[in-house]
Amino acid sequence: MIRSAQDDQRIVITGVGLTAPNGDNLADYRAALLAGKSGVEPYHIRYVGDTLAGVCHFDELKYQKRKELRRGTRAGSVGVYCANEAISDSGIDWSEVDPTRVGIYVGVTEHGNVETENEINEIKAFDYDTKVWSHHHNPRTVANNPAGEITLNMGVTGPHYTIGAACAAGNAGMIQGAQMLLLGECDLAIAGGVSESIHTFGIFAGFASQGALAEHDDPTSASRPFDRDRNGIVVSEGGCLFTLERFSDASQRGAKIYGELVGYAMNSDASDFVLPNPKQQARCMNMAIERAGLNTDDIDLVSSHATATSSGDIQECDALRRVFGDSRSTLVNNTKSYIGHAMGAAGSLELAGNLPSFEDGVCHPTINVDNLDPECELPGLVLNEPRENSPVEVILNNSFGMLGINSAVIIKKV
Amino acid sequence: MTADDIRVEILDILEVIAPDEDLSNIDDAVNFRDQLELDSMDFLDIVMELRKRHRIQIPEDDYVQLASMNSTVTFLEPLMKDIVKA
Repeated sequence: MIRSAQDDQRIVITGVGLTAPNGDNLADYRAALLAGKSGVEPYHIRYVGDTLAGVCHFDELKYQKRKELRRGTRAGSVGVYCANEAISDSGIDWSEVDPTRVGIYVGVTEHGNVETENEINEIKAFDYDTKVWSHHHNPRTVANNPAGEITLNMGVTGPHYTIGAACAAGNAGMIQGAQMLLLGECDLAIAGGVSESIHTFGIFAGFASQGALAEHDDPTSASRPFDRDRNGIVVSEGGCLFTLERFSDASQRGAKIYGELVGYAMNSDASDFVLPNPKQQARCMNMAIERAGLNTDDIDLVSSHATATSSGDIQECDALRRVFGDSRSTLVNNTKSYIGHAMGAAGSLELAGNLPSFEDGVCHPTINVDNLDPECELPGLVLNEPRENSPVEVILNNSFGMLGINSAVIIKKV
Repeated sequence: MTADDIRVEILDILEVIAPDEDLSNIDDAVNFRDQLELDSMDFLDIVMELRKRHRIQIPEDDYVQLASMNSTVTFLEPLMKDIVKA
């Protein structure tokens, strides 16, 4: 059980810092989700050529100098932006924070591919002479880079590392942050996930070879989870980091509280490198619900993971049926239909976009569903138009990834 | 390349390596580190850029010659005298 009567054992979200293909702060992002505004656009990347992607347009120089941008990575820059935005949003007086008691926990799907590809491309022009291989390569590609760049930028001297968890990483980062708070390893956690994946041609080429890269004449219609004509994933970049605090600390300083992390679970399929396993996905959701001390009918909204692959969406719907049966009271939506698949950031971005529903009572829809795939039909699916007057008290956020990694977090309105 | 050409080339490299710095009033006699925010990785960048642009190999023992603009130009002059300015 995670829930406890003790306020220092309750973990709450007090700040949100994000950049998504359709918004660089929570207010703009939420407005885009309610307006059905996609962030997918035409994109070109070497070797693969013209394709589509979710591209972020945040102001990189808001928190970094040009030299920091040159020396660091895109994932690091996304992380620095999101972490600073989260602190700003939290109302925490950063000058009063003990930097030794801050922990940085950043989920990533992958890291290092971008810089390695760049360097190989660079030395290609020198007949593969490794003497021109950059000395920046190793600090850019170490797995902790995106979290480490945040510590360098903000002067954080507490623990930092990334959590490699494929596309479950956004949730995994948040879970890690909560666990470290509960263990007393830090007093403030900056946690979530980031992605720079649109800058590696390999991820596009890999999905294309797998027959899982989305194509569409209209970029904004390319990401179409649950639709009969879906044809794959739109790769996106982005980031979302939360400030997590113990409820006792947050309430003492009068913080705005977005919600409480009342349950979470992670498990493994142990069945396939790529194909999901609905039995284990369902078990993951059920574990999170049980640990939260809730019943399935307490879940008002499920933020689904569905990526718009032909089989993956069906498998998740199968898992949702196993957990929620024919429930009409549990709504189900999907954010990838707007922003594509933000990989390591997907879990935290998709949760963030739904948090305002605690206040406005609106469930944003899954867009681009012109013809619902019968195999994806669920009673609670919210399609194409926002569902208003839907009081939301509890959100379950799914994030699953390759190698059969599953995660679910449950956030309750406080 | 003449000494003046080499100076211009070094300034061009510094613009890339230290994009936040104002290089318009650089004092050629003063160490770079005393007037610019440069660290050891930046000096490796200077070495790397010279290697990439002009195929010049600078032994590690000679990195100290890159301390100031004057010492850098003096050190590079014999190494770059046959290089034609692009």
